[in-house]
Amino acid sequence: MVVIATALAQGAQMALVLLLPPLLLGLVRKLKARLLSRRGPSLLQPYRDLTRLMRKDVVLAPNASALFRVAPYMIFALIFASAALVPTFATGLPLSAAGDIIAIIALLASARFFLALAGLDIGTSFGGIGASREVMIATLAEPAMIMIVFTIALVAGSTQLTTLAGFMQSPQVGLRVSLGLALIALVMVAIAENGRIPIDNPATHLELTMVHEAMVLEYSGRHLAMIELAAALKLQLYLALIISVFLPWGQARPGDGPFVFGLGIAAFAAKLGLLGALLALFETVIAKMRVFRVPEFLGAALMLGLLGTLLLFVSRTL
Amino acid sequence: MPIVVGLACVAALLAVAIAAIGGLGSRAVYAACLVISSVGLGVALAAITQEPSALTLPFGLPWLGAHFRIDALSAAFLALVNLGCGAASLYGIGHGLHEPEPSRVLPAFPLFIAGMNLVVMADDAFSFLLSWEFMSLSSWALVMAHHRDVANRQAGFVYLVMASFGTLCLLLAFGLLAGSDGHYAFASMRGATPPPGLAGLILILVLIGTGSKAGLVPLHAWLPLAHPAAPSHVSALMSGVMTKVAVYGFLRLALDLLGPPAWWWSVLVLGLGGLSAVIGVLQALLETNLKRVLACSTIENIGIVFIGLGLSLAFHTNGMGVAAALALTATLFHAFNHMLFKSLLFFGAGAVVEATGARDIEELGGLIHRMPATTFVVLIGSAAIAALPPLNGFVSEWLTLQAVLLSPQIPQWGLKLMIPAVGALLALAAALAGACFVRAFGLTFLGRARTQEAAGAQEVDRVSLAAMAMLASLCLACGLLPGLVIDGLAPAVRLLIGTAMPPQMNEPFFSIAPVAESRSSYDGLLLFLLVAASASIAAFAIHRLASRGLRRSPAWDCGFPDPSPLLQYGAASFAQPIRRVFGTLVFRASERIDMPAPGDLRPARLEVTLHDLAWETLYSPVAAGVEAAAERLNFLQFLTIRRYLSLVFLALVTLLMVVALWS
Repeated sequence: MVVIATALAQGAQMALVLLLPPLLLGLVRKLKARLLSRRGPSLLQPYRDLTRLMRKDVVLAPNASALFRVAPYMIFALIFASAALVPTFATGLPLSAAGDIIAIIALLASARFFLALAGLDIGTSFGGIGASREVMIATLAEPAMIMIVFTIALVAGSTQLTTLAGFMQSPQVGLRVSLGLALIALVMVAIAENGRIPIDNPATHLELTMVHEAMVLEYSGRHLAMIELAAALKLQLYLALIISVFLPWGQARPGDGPFVFGLGIAAFAAKLGLLGALLALFETVIAKMRVFRVPEFLGAALMLGLLGTLLLFVSRTL
Repeated sequence: MPIVVGLACVAALLAVAIAAIGGLGSRAVYAACLVISSVGLGVALAAITQEPSALTLPFGLPWLGAHFRIDALSAAFLALVNLGCGAASLYGIGHGLHEPEPSRVLPAFPLFIAGMNLVVMADDAFSFLLSWEFMSLSSWALVMAHHRDVANRQAGFVYLVMASFGTLCLLLAFGLLAGSDGHYAFASMRGATPPPGLAGLILILVLIGTGSKAGLVPLHAWLPLAHPAAPSHVSALMSGVMTKVAVYGFLRLALDLLGPPAWWWSVLVLGLGGLSAVIGVLQALLETNLKRVLACSTIENIGIVFIGLGLSLAFHTNGMGVAAALALTATLFHAFNHMLFKSLLFFGAGAVVEATGARDIEELGGLIHRMPATTFVVLIGSAAIAALPPLNGFVSEWLTLQAVLLSPQIPQWGLKLMIPAVGALLALAAALAGACFVRAFGLTFLGRARTQEAAGAQEVDRVSLAAMAMLASLCLACGLLPGLVIDGLAPAVRLLIGTAMPPQMNEPFFSIAPVAESRSSYDGLLLFLLVAASASIAAFAIHRLASRGLRRSPAWDCGFPDPSPLLQYGAASFAQPIRRVFGTLVFRASERIDMPAPGDLRPARLEVTLHDLAWETLYSPVAAGVEAAAERLNFLQFLTIRRYLSLVFLALVTLLMVVALWS
């Protein structure tokens, strides 16, 4: 019985991380528009965009290779697989033992690897500039992320997200300086990894400032839909990561009744909405920075993560 | 007995070398090497779990003989060496036909393989050093194969100097280990425990001796010169296999023969490993010669291997057996992985050079359309070396990171501060490796062809492709079933540390859990299936339900398509952001822009200057000192016979006095 319940919960989680992200994106866009006193598009607009893109023909450059056509599905699958591993409304799901938080980061790195290669495939300057900047940002964001993982894993004694979330709900945690540093660093990395303001602007097509948009400039139709969906999934994934490490309250566990699972879904949706609202607020009040200021921003995240880890090597209670 | 078969393989290789001098054809030589390596591989795999087998031959020092022995550690490395050599021989069957001067490569190739086999099997100092020098000299002969190129001659010279220097350090280390009684057999060295100060000195000598062969910073300067100079399958052997023989030398001497480690040893090893990892990959990122990119990335991977070694030394000193076993397993696993993907990538580079005649990334591009099979296997190799799941490179780096996470219990403050910093360097190196191989793969195989040669490239022959495909499938297999490799390495780890990681093949669904599943686990197979299933279902569903139409039309490129393929992003421009962020610190990179005034018709120029700090602060002063001393002593060449005789007499008297005072 418990096996069927956990399998159902795993299925529900995978459906949730597939279907919810466009709504999150719609919410962020709507709130940003309201903050700028615009009416903004409907909350469901991202779904409409995606279905419209999926129905359109793909327009492909003459020298596009097979890699260019496979990459969107690979990127989507890699991000979807990592999103399926992050606990959202319940912990202890069967798939979560397949990879810990380091594996999740590495799966996202694989997705970026293919995205950057796809950017180089047509041989245009914009693809190149986007790929080049993307890997530069990644070389700083990934070590910062690993340092954050070190900090969290040293506190909880595990890199397994289920164990981590369980530990964070237990009274052993307390207020720790190192966790505070890790939270700040994680938010900074999440902003950079998702190409949000101030690192990159998801709404821009100003050529010289864009990173992610430059890489996917040659994509169209269903390929573009997959990439847009993957980007939305990634945003949701990072927010779910923050939720599951720092705000794990209300998550259901294996063996709980359906009511607790329902409560978990409601709690997750509320937390996601809250973080989305904070993101919209933050993006409205801050300006985008120059590309070569990004290393300073991410270098600060790396240093915060390293500091958090060092504190834990010095004393287990900090 | 495995050792008899192992030595018989070496003898057979020597016979092949002699036959090659006698004019045996290229295909026959490589086929013979392939057969012998396969036999060696089989023997080594069988010997991993067996009792050690030893043999003493009546060569070498008169009172000692030549000892050879295969224990679990030797067997593990023998398997690595013979797998790498077998793949290189298979590739050579196809690739070797295009060799312009086969008579310079064919005799030295089996000798090189024989040398590496002998080092791993040697069981006394004399045969170890002899085999080590044999390996160095035969590889030097291969570096000098294309000696008409001045750069290759220079690379050969630097390699020879560094190899001799490394052997000198090992010679001194063995001298100190053997003590004044001359116990040159490994068995008696293992029994003796040198005093701590002396042991520290020996460790430093061993680190210099093996580190200079492995390419550890700052002894790495020869590596990016020498490894690419050889034919590609030999480059693969040098980068993929010979550096692992050096790692074996370090393990054998430092962990097996030298007695209990002191904690500061690990600080040294960790520091050098971390530096090598980051400096190596940064150098690879700024390099535009494809084979040199790969050689520089070898420095990075050796750095990662030495980080693992340093961690296992640190745990071993403090009696944390399980953690030490985890770190050492990660080290050996990464050494094995690096052999697989570096050989594969060098084969791929060889295929590219063969097809286009160009080594510079700036002269390539668009090869995916001309060489699809090569592109596919090289893509697997690039993803593996960039430590991406579900391939093998990720597993070994994941295990190393798990070992880092076990280290806060270490009591020494020096290590407490050092290990997190090294962990950050490891993560940085992994991320930079991703950037490096996006650049190397993307600019070589994707985009538009930058030259006529690249546009007209032809796919390589099937035998070469088979060698690459074999290594690529091993990369995938070791990533999907890492438990198999971990369990295979367990006897070697137990030999050095006393404990090993818990058996992993018992875990459900082929997952691995280094300590406990609640702490951390990873399941490459499940992740691979999940990703493959979601990608196929997504593609199928969209093609079925939404759209499957496709139209070809010129690239959009924001409305201003580039007229010439040369306007694509090049290798230097791709690396520019990273050069600005990291290069100013590590290479003191500077840019100078020469912009002509309005109306002036000369072209604008951008000049980038990079400094190799190791070369400028270490090698150049030493070379200048040697040259100055040589100038000073030059007059000794022009003395009369009377003066020479008196000099000889003086030297004799001095030496006799030294001996008299010593005893």
